[in-house]
Amino acid sequence: MLRTIQIGAHTLAQGLFVRSLGNGRIEIDAGAERISGYPVAASAALPARNLRGALVAAVAAIALAFGGNGPAQAQDSVELLNVSYDPTREFYRDYNELFKAWWIAQGNAPVSIQQSHGGAGAQARAVIDGLQASVVTLALSADIDAIAERTGKIPADWQSRRPHNSSPYTSTIVFLVREGNPKGIADWDDLVTGDVQVITPNPKTSGGARWNFLAAWGYAQQNGLDPRTFVSTLYQNVPVLDTGARGATTTFAQRGVGDVLLAWENEAFLALKELGEDSFDIVVPSVSILAEPPVALVEGNITSDAQRVVAEAYLEHLYSPEAQALALKHFYRAWDHSAAAPEDSARFPQVKLVNIADFGGWPVVQKEYFGDGGIFDQIYKE
Amino acid sequence: MSVVPLSRPVPVTTEPRPTRHLLIGLAVGFVALFLFAPLVTVFAEALRQGWVASVQALASPDARSAIRLTLIVAAITVPLNAVFGIAAAWAITKFDFRGKAFLITLIDLPFSVSPVVAGLALILLVGANSSFGAWLAANDLKIVFAFPGIVLATMFVTFPFVARELIPVMVEQGRAEEEAALTLGASGWRSFFTVTLPNIRWALLYGVLLCNARAMGEFGAVAVVSGKIRGETTTMPIMIEMLYNEYLSVAAFSLAAVLALLALLTLLLKSLLEWRHADLLAATRRH
Repeated sequence: MLRTIQIGAHTLAQGLFVRSLGNGRIEIDAGAERISGYPVAASAALPARNLRGALVAAVAAIALAFGGNGPAQAQDSVELLNVSYDPTREFYRDYNELFKAWWIAQGNAPVSIQQSHGGAGAQARAVIDGLQASVVTLALSADIDAIAERTGKIPADWQSRRPHNSSPYTSTIVFLVREGNPKGIADWDDLVTGDVQVITPNPKTSGGARWNFLAAWGYAQQNGLDPRTFVSTLYQNVPVLDTGARGATTTFAQRGVGDVLLAWENEAFLALKELGEDSFDIVVPSVSILAEPPVALVEGNITSDAQRVVAEAYLEHLYSPEAQALALKHFYRAWDHSAAAPEDSARFPQVKLVNIADFGGWPVVQKEYFGDGGIFDQIYKE
Repeated sequence: MSVVPLSRPVPVTTEPRPTRHLLIGLAVGFVALFLFAPLVTVFAEALRQGWVASVQALASPDARSAIRLTLIVAAITVPLNAVFGIAAAWAITKFDFRGKAFLITLIDLPFSVSPVVAGLALILLVGANSSFGAWLAANDLKIVFAFPGIVLATMFVTFPFVARELIPVMVEQGRAEEEAALTLGASGWRSFFTVTLPNIRWALLYGVLLCNARAMGEFGAVAVVSGKIRGETTTMPIMIEMLYNEYLSVAAFSLAAVLALLALLTLLLKSLLEWRHADLLAATRRH
């Protein structure tokens, strides 16, 4: 304990308390030497002591409040980190619980699953930079290709290793408009008129935004329009490019910017559910795109056989009827309707879907359309 | 001869009364509109569904771990930056050496560099694609997208606060008192604890409080290196953004309110210390 003593008429000394000398004086250790003198009353002591006391007290309080329970969690059970894209938050929150319960029911030890969300491109970038994802569940295969190509942690043929192009659920792109559709938006060609503000995220960082871009492109192709001019005109109506799909939804729904949001179908349904069905309407365009958000195991980040088994099972179980029902419940177009509630199963309107294969597949599309100096860069400069 | 006291105090301002009132009103209005109103909104939004909902939101494991992580990060970075800040200020004000101006510029660097750049620099330095990062990964040491990265990013951003508060005070005080202590035979440590530290304690306190507020509130640099793993690497500011994006406004604003309360607590602590030691403070200022 730090004490202050009087050693002269106007001189104080401060140091660690050593012992009491009986006659009211105390001895302190002042660094190089020991000094004795009468202690100064607490109120007159140097505030430096109080400051230090306060600091010590604060640190002690924190240590007490949180015990030894630091940010490093106990490492006894297997841990998985699922690095995912923006709109899957609600789905994976439920799926992780479903999987954990199922895994224990199979007679296994409990696992802990950690979850990370962000724009798909940004998330892929983080994995490339060293985020220790055990599995990635991103918005489109190009993002997983990027990880495979740059780190070698995912085998090049990852997409053919699981059913349906490694996409346990699919979605499409729809329009979310304000209640009553005041601008009368019915199809893509209503988005290129002068007075409509369109909200869509940045295709450079958001997977959903790339699907939006391609869906618009597909519509123009199907209707004999020049796709480049069409998409270019559309992007002139975009006042702000968010980094991720969820950011764009927030911009449109909660900040009230824009007339129409180009959104994942699941994101649009979720916005209706969370923010009130009487605030927005969903408009399904005549043509959209089959959006396949794929999943993959990040082989290079797997640290033990036990972790590999759990990670494989985690991805495999996404195709189980229960998980598929959960995906349908969270507004994804899943493949297996056998365990789904009827209203979840019947929700999705029929729409003519173009396929990424029509564009030449993601490796080609990513480079030509969204690469540095690609078509998106060119039209955004115009 | 006695001095006759003036019946009225001499006016020290020459502006007419309406001008004064207008200026004061403008200042108060500005503070109310841009500082107070947003703060009130945060609390109002947090309590929109009542206390119970707020407390429940804060009791969720994710929110608790975010609060814990933020406090631990502050508890590590603030003392370290206090020590480094004192050392840097000491070196700059008590010694003459070549490159001093450069060192001062370097200390100011985190003020002028955008936090995002700071975060990205950390990733470039120790991320998986740097040779150092590869070595770390090979030895199973996690820095970016883990707890150490968050601490490093926070330290970088908050580094100047203590040093910047101390340097002007220490320059003003000069070296005479330390030199006197030395001639009286005091050791370096003793002259530091009995002469320097009491002289700089208030500046140090301000520095530490500012440093603490920023350490708890830092978003940009931490967001880049956090990896956003729920319940693991999400500090309070990051968790607030995540919750808001998940349509969980009550939870987001409850956490924001806690962050604001922590900042207010810091300010309260500062005021309390000032009030308790007002006489000593005045004495130091006269120095």
